[in-house]
Amino acid sequence: MLITCPYCGPRDVIEFTYQGDGNRERPQPASQNLDAWNAYVYDRLNPAGDHNEIWQHSGGCRAHLRVVRNTLTHEISSTAFARGGHKSTARHKAEGKS
Amino acid sequence: MAEYSAFSLLKNALTGNKDWKPAWRKSDPKASYDVIVIGGGGHGLSTAYYLAKEHGITNVAVLEKGWLGSGNVGRNTTAVRSNYLLPANTRFYEHSMKLWENLSHDLNYNVMFSQRGCLNLAHTPGQFDDLARRGNAMRHLGVDAELMTTAEIARLVPTLDVSGSARFPIVGGLMQRRAGTARHDAVAWGYARGADRRGVDIVENCEVTGFLRDGDRITGVSTTRGEIRAKKVALAVAGSTGRVMQLAGIETMPIESHVLQAFVTESLKPIIDTILTFGMGHFYISQSDKGGLVYGGDLDGYNSYAQRGSLPIVDEVMSEMLALFPGLARVRMLRSWGGVCDMSMDGSPIITTGPLPGMYLNCGWCYGGFKATPASGWCFAWTIAKDEPHEFNAPFTLDRFYRGLVIDDKGQGATPRLH
Repeated sequence: MLITCPYCGPRDVIEFTYQGDGNRERPQPASQNLDAWNAYVYDRLNPAGDHNEIWQHSGGCRAHLRVVRNTLTHEISSTAFARGGHKSTARHKAEGKS
Repeated sequence: MAEYSAFSLLKNALTGNKDWKPAWRKSDPKASYDVIVIGGGGHGLSTAYYLAKEHGITNVAVLEKGWLGSGNVGRNTTAVRSNYLLPANTRFYEHSMKLWENLSHDLNYNVMFSQRGCLNLAHTPGQFDDLARRGNAMRHLGVDAELMTTAEIARLVPTLDVSGSARFPIVGGLMQRRAGTARHDAVAWGYARGADRRGVDIVENCEVTGFLRDGDRITGVSTTRGEIRAKKVALAVAGSTGRVMQLAGIETMPIESHVLQAFVTESLKPIIDTILTFGMGHFYISQSDKGGLVYGGDLDGYNSYAQRGSLPIVDEVMSEMLALFPGLARVRMLRSWGGVCDMSMDGSPIITTGPLPGMYLNCGWCYGGFKATPASGWCFAWTIAKDEPHEFNAPFTLDRFYRGLVIDDKGQGATPRLH
């Protein structure tokens, strides 16, 4: 599997560290909303198909990336820097938010 | 129930093997059942078996999307052990071990359970102390465990590199002698036959495509073979839990699906007569009765439903094998394959009522599902029949993650790929 890092170009997957479901939202550090913390720490979207996930190019430029990858075919359809990248709305739908 | 005797073998051999009774009927689904078990793998079949045997509930259907045993029950490396640190795990897996020890008799089906032992290696004094601690915890709960010195290990597994010049010299190990291996297909077939003979319908090629609901309550399933109603719907679909729960409208779970690879070599003369695990990486190996070395290592490390793995892990697993057994460098690998595992957030399973009314959930087996097959079905059947967990599975709830009651044997935290 190759991941195309926006800085470094296409690189082998062994250079990257997987950080999982990219739809999770970290509550503000001072937040005392336990449900939000629980959801952030433990709940994962786990689709069979396109998955919005975070990878770090830990063996390269160390940038955090937002990758959309198909969990059935391992095909990657988009790669961007994690900050300001694309975000799925599935979690918000699941929680009945806008 | 002596279905396979020397006499029947001879008789059927003489009559062209035309009269064997199938081990299970090819059932068509009825319109309704008392219990539907989704998933015709080891856990689903053992659940149906114990529902019928222990609780007298026989109006049961097991729905399998493919053919029976096509998932993880036929993809694992067949290790059976109960060498855990935390009491909840130890009690549960020891219950499983006791069921394994009598399983061939119970099913009247030879599952070839071979108690050849499981030896965890330590490569540093600190690691050896850690194994001693785990061994003590096991013995405290009545499970067998013994520490082994390097000299004893060298006698047990002569092919192992126990020299001080090994890449990771071995300083000792922890042995559970009652651990072992079993023939995984026979486990599926034996449970299927046992359930079938007690009246359970096993419906193959029947994929669940949605849930029938009355408000929140689950009242049945829609499938590729029509709608089926049931008072209770039980999920035993580890590997696909995320997918099936989405059909019930539950988008997030404390589970990620990961692919785990396994490998087998060409057949060799007997050289390893135990299960061996490496301590400086993730690697385990045993030798099948046919002679092939069966081994595996880490997950590929990212979400996948693909049932196939990638090369970096192949490379890593082979390096680990050669670190232990330099003499195997020229042995040829025959096959490799992948299975999809439910990786839970604490490395422990979930066997519980709910989360929706009318639903029962059995999932999150990480890569320890095979050894749990008997106890998983036994506890799940209890939970379905009585609407409350048995004491052995009471700790394995779904809400433990949110109540600070995680059962994290390795202490890795909520990073499923590390469990």
